[in-house]
Amino acid sequence: MRVALAVLCFLLLSAEIPLAERRSGYEFMGRETRAMQDDDSTNPALFWLADGEALWNRKDGAAAVACSGCHADMKGVAARYPKVASGMAVNLEQQINGCRTERQKAPPLAYESRELLALTAYVARQSRGMPIAVEWNESTRRGQATFNRRQGQLNLSCAQCHDDHWGRSLAGSTIPQAHPTGYPIYRLEWQGLGSLQRRLRNCVVGVRAESYAYGAPELVELELYLMWRARGMKIETPAVRP
Amino acid sequence: MARVSVTVPSSAKRGEVIEIKTLAAHVMENGFRHKQTGEPIPRDIITQFVCTYNGVEVFRAELHPAMAANPLLVFNTVATESGTLEFKWLGDNDYAATQSASISVV
Amino acid sequence: MTSRRQFLTLVCGTFAASQAAAQLDPNMQALRTAALASAIRKVTGGQPIRTGKVKLQIPPLIDNGNTVPLTVTVDSPMTQADHVKAIHVFTEKNPQPYVVSAYLGPRSGRASLATRARIADTGKVIAIAQLSDGSYWQDSVSVVVTLSACLEDGLI
Repeated sequence: MRVALAVLCFLLLSAEIPLAERRSGYEFMGRETRAMQDDDSTNPALFWLADGEALWNRKDGAAAVACSGCHADMKGVAARYPKVASGMAVNLEQQINGCRTERQKAPPLAYESRELLALTAYVARQSRGMPIAVEWNESTRRGQATFNRRQGQLNLSCAQCHDDHWGRSLAGSTIPQAHPTGYPIYRLEWQGLGSLQRRLRNCVVGVRAESYAYGAPELVELELYLMWRARGMKIETPAVRP
Repeated sequence: MARVSVTVPSSAKRGEVIEIKTLAAHVMENGFRHKQTGEPIPRDIITQFVCTYNGVEVFRAELHPAMAANPLLVFNTVATESGTLEFKWLGDNDYAATQSASISVV
Repeated sequence: MTSRRQFLTLVCGTFAASQAAAQLDPNMQALRTAALASAIRKVTGGQPIRTGKVKLQIPPLIDNGNTVPLTVTVDSPMTQADHVKAIHVFTEKNPQPYVVSAYLGPRSGRASLATRARIADTGKVIAIAQLSDGSYWQDSVSVVVTLSACLEDGLI
């Protein structure tokens, strides 16, 4: 009976959240978890940020040049990613690896490696408090299609939970609106820092669908759409989330 | 690479009670988890923390597997005199970390 | 009518539900209860524990059982003559009952400890303070721990 009711609810058409009603995942957490994010001196992400700063300043690759050798600061950069370059959506992690391979002549860092997370966190942190501003284009539109498409054995789309049923409970947790304002996040479930792609892959497991590989265009386009959907909201990196 | 973080006020009035925040980067593997293949993942945790103030112990803690990863310990001490606060963490598999902070007490 | 746990498994589609301790084998639960009692006895030496003086602050509904911020404060002047010697925290349902034991003294100035614990399942969290006069005081809070939605389950 409960299952039938749930299915009925999910059959309702999805509608985008009105801009004024958008709320960050921060607002769906308990007071203590919010305090964990608010205090820079006790947010565990500080370790990754410190490592990121060291990596930023370290000469690397055959070119023996550090990120700081070319870049002054990264203020505002993370708020504008993912970007489209030569028709392909590129996220921050891929941009960092692009710089590594093309400028530093160094091997790319593996997705979800400590180094890549540290660098991404260090870069994104510098956009904290700034409004998200990514572009609407063909890639964003494809990301939106993924967001609205039913998938997996449970035949659910992202929109059905995050546009239609945000604020309600799923497995005892409150469904957030799914705005990627604070990535990479310190997720309590992982007890560590992780990327948006890792979190999206978790969702895909949640609906019992086969997951895209890290760096797959479908995932990056979905990231782009999610950032576009969160346009104007402030970057919170490094956020803490359940 | 960064392993511990300590937040201590750099100065305080004599007799003032100050708050010390400490964080250690550590997975705190609890020893109760299993791999997908069924093998147990061995315990690997920080077991002890000590804070000394000019050589005198002012706080000590024993940590158990139920402490969350990247363990946080926030406690208080009286600012008695200028000097050095030393912090030490010890754990399984010969884990050891130290940090120190100076405080000026007026 | 589907039970709440079956409904969760259907909607979430994860295997995490089967790993949760909520439907613990009664023998396992009895062992854990005995372990908790034994741990408390070890710390107090069998002395009576009074309720009061200790305040355990912990969210009643927990975002994620892997990391639960908690604070223990004890009403004490923290003088040489009257101070808190130790604060011990226990859980009722974890595989082993201890969380942390902190040792304070007159140099602490204030009897307060903030940390983050792992709490496996809905149940009691207990904070016990040992005072310099040899007395023991406690506070306990019942917390609700829920499953996190959308887990990894062997993916990474």
